[in-house]
Amino acid sequence: MYEMIAFYVFAALTIGMFGIVVTSRNALYAMSALAGGMIFISGFFFILDAEFLGVVQIVVYSGAIMALYAFGMMFFDTTRDVSEKMRSKKIAYSLSIASAVLIVTILGVPLAGENMQAFYPNMEGVGNIQMIGVVLFTKYLVPFELAAIMLLVAMISGIVLASKKMDEYLAIEDEEIEDVKEGR
Amino acid sequence: MITLTHYLVLTGILFSIGLVGVMRRTNLLMLFFSTEILLNAINVGFVAVSKYYNDLSGQLFAFFIIAVAASEVAVGLGLLILWYKRNGSVDLNSLQMMKG
Repeated sequence: MYEMIAFYVFAALTIGMFGIVVTSRNALYAMSALAGGMIFISGFFFILDAEFLGVVQIVVYSGAIMALYAFGMMFFDTTRDVSEKMRSKKIAYSLSIASAVLIVTILGVPLAGENMQAFYPNMEGVGNIQMIGVVLFTKYLVPFELAAIMLLVAMISGIVLASKKMDEYLAIEDEEIEDVKEGR
Repeated sequence: MITLTHYLVLTGILFSIGLVGVMRRTNLLMLFFSTEILLNAINVGFVAVSKYYNDLSGQLFAFFIIAVAASEVAVGLGLLILWYKRNGSVDLNSLQMMKG
């Protein structure tokens, strides 16, 4: 009963928030609504007994990604309304037909795969976080390490891209600093 | 009782909202927001399937999707800031000319 109420409340809130993200003409409103929607998505994870993912969702999405977007928005002109022009009707129609087919496929796949087998069934008396740890560090160890390397590469590229002139400042010679100090 | 179909319908709705955003937005920052919606919708679907089939693989896949989303934002936002410094606009139409 409570699960049902929570599901419908979170579903309405999430759809509303994401609808604002898609339709709003103000970038700041869109970003705030996106942050709210991410929090409500984590509510589904808690309902579905995936506590670890719920916490990760809040920490990574609302903490890291939203902070990054807010930081990036300092560079852009966010007070101006976003301009949008619909050009070709034909493209819009064909894309909506393609997305409708895609949605039907998404909803139809579980019906086709009725005889699915669980590779890693939940053990009795083991919590969600412990179970994720066991599976992550045995079966998914290599993808986990690859994800770590990918995040490292992303961090370095983010630093290098966003601060274009940083390498020049880091490479300043001691004499140049002395020159600046003496006002030459 | 909430079944798997409820969650899959929700996933489909959220995914189509994201698709609508990807289609109608011409601002690159807004396009990024729409891709985040797409990734989140799929995460909900994965976790729901993981719960109802009693299998942890779905949750772990969602975990890796979150890692991919985080790195996508870091790299994409860096490129976007670079483009804005050079062009003064994050509009998609400013990207039509493929010249340095």
